[in-house]
Amino acid sequence: MAAFIGLFRRDLRLALRQGGDTGLVLGFFVLAVVLFPLGIGPEPAVLQRVGAGIVWVAALLAALLSLDRLFQSDYQDGGLELLALSSLPLELAVLAKCAAHWVATGLPLALTSPFLAFLVDLDPAAIPTLTLGLVVGTPVLSLIGSVAAALTLGARRQGVLLSLLVLPLYVPPLVFGAGAVEASAAGTGARAHLLILAALTLAALPLCPWASAAALRQALE
Amino acid sequence: MTEPAPDLVAADLACRRGERLVFAGLSFRLPPGGAVVLTGANGSGKTSLLRLLAGLIGPAAGRLAWGARPIADDVAEHRARLHYVGHQDGVKPGLTPCETLVFWAALRGREVRRDAPMLTAALAAFALEAVADWPCRWLSAGQRRRLALTRLLVIPAPLWLLDEPFSALDDDNRVRLEQAIRAHRAAGGRVALATHIPAEIGAADEIGLDALAPRHGDAGEE
Repeated sequence: MAAFIGLFRRDLRLALRQGGDTGLVLGFFVLAVVLFPLGIGPEPAVLQRVGAGIVWVAALLAALLSLDRLFQSDYQDGGLELLALSSLPLELAVLAKCAAHWVATGLPLALTSPFLAFLVDLDPAAIPTLTLGLVVGTPVLSLIGSVAAALTLGARRQGVLLSLLVLPLYVPPLVFGAGAVEASAAGTGARAHLLILAALTLAALPLCPWASAAALRQALE
Repeated sequence: MTEPAPDLVAADLACRRGERLVFAGLSFRLPPGGAVVLTGANGSGKTSLLRLLAGLIGPAAGRLAWGARPIADDVAEHRARLHYVGHQDGVKPGLTPCETLVFWAALRGREVRRDAPMLTAALAAFALEAVADWPCRWLSAGQRRRLALTRLLVIPAPLWLLDEPFSALDDDNRVRLEQAIRAHRAAGGRVALATHIPAEIGAADEIGLDALAPRHGDAGEE
């Protein structure tokens, strides 16, 4: 337990201290959302229709942006060997790193989303659903991302390969996350969508660290 | 716990990296207080052997055991009794030496406060007190290497696996490391050391990996 907390704390401290990580992700998120009204025009009806999708797609891309750093620096500076030799099983080490990654990227994305919702003129009643959906759904992004980040360790053009691997797997959270907002704007209730998002997170929680740890062991060989 | 500590026993080890057989037929025994020095040309498998002893990679053939017990039987227990200091120091530029050591101790399941006497003593052993609260990005290569070596002292472990630990160290610090190794051995610790530089660590067996390299042409056969 001390090892789990120690790793979580260190990763979080590194992410916040280097500042860049969280700041870059949020900056990208905001800019990507701002570009859409400029591109498709300011008609409120159009924006309202596509707003939830825009915010979710931008959140996916922003989360993706920070993924290659998840294991890369540890892999390059020998830290990964220390992790593999620690008292913490590699699966739990991955979980600790994913948790820190989520707190440093997913959570800030979710907390920024209400402000961006105004930019795309989202129905105010649907904003809590958008934020809640992101809070529940972004852990999946970190967890699935960790598998791809571990698999692509040491590959040339890691970033591009990572996107190709990860984006198709991000489809379910995108469908149900954006769906939740639409359902809540249409007044049919977003409960089912949010529950499915939560189920995705709960399924990824044990499965993804296990797959990532296997890939990391392969990378260490 | 009262019975004498067992030997680390390697019998007929072989190591394969990719398609290439790096070495084969390696046998040695490392008793408490013992040391082996690994020598050999670049690429002769010194690092591979240390990683193999750490359990990071599996042997292609042969047996590795702690006393009578094969290491593969309980990898977690084996990890807890070794320190591995590789080429790379694993030092994060954004953390201070103090924070780094607290983190490394946590990885061994030990909660250590930043001002704990054991940390201060370990930092002092490698003369790092003055830079203890600097970000590691300001440290020189030698200072980073010393920080990595400090790990050996913070959490005691009976088996030290050191890969070229003297590289980047100046004379004073080479002496400090030699002293640390001798003290570790006097307390019953074991050391496996890969080095090019003759080190004064007391009597040690030498393993020349060049002699164990398979001749060209043998590489493909199983």
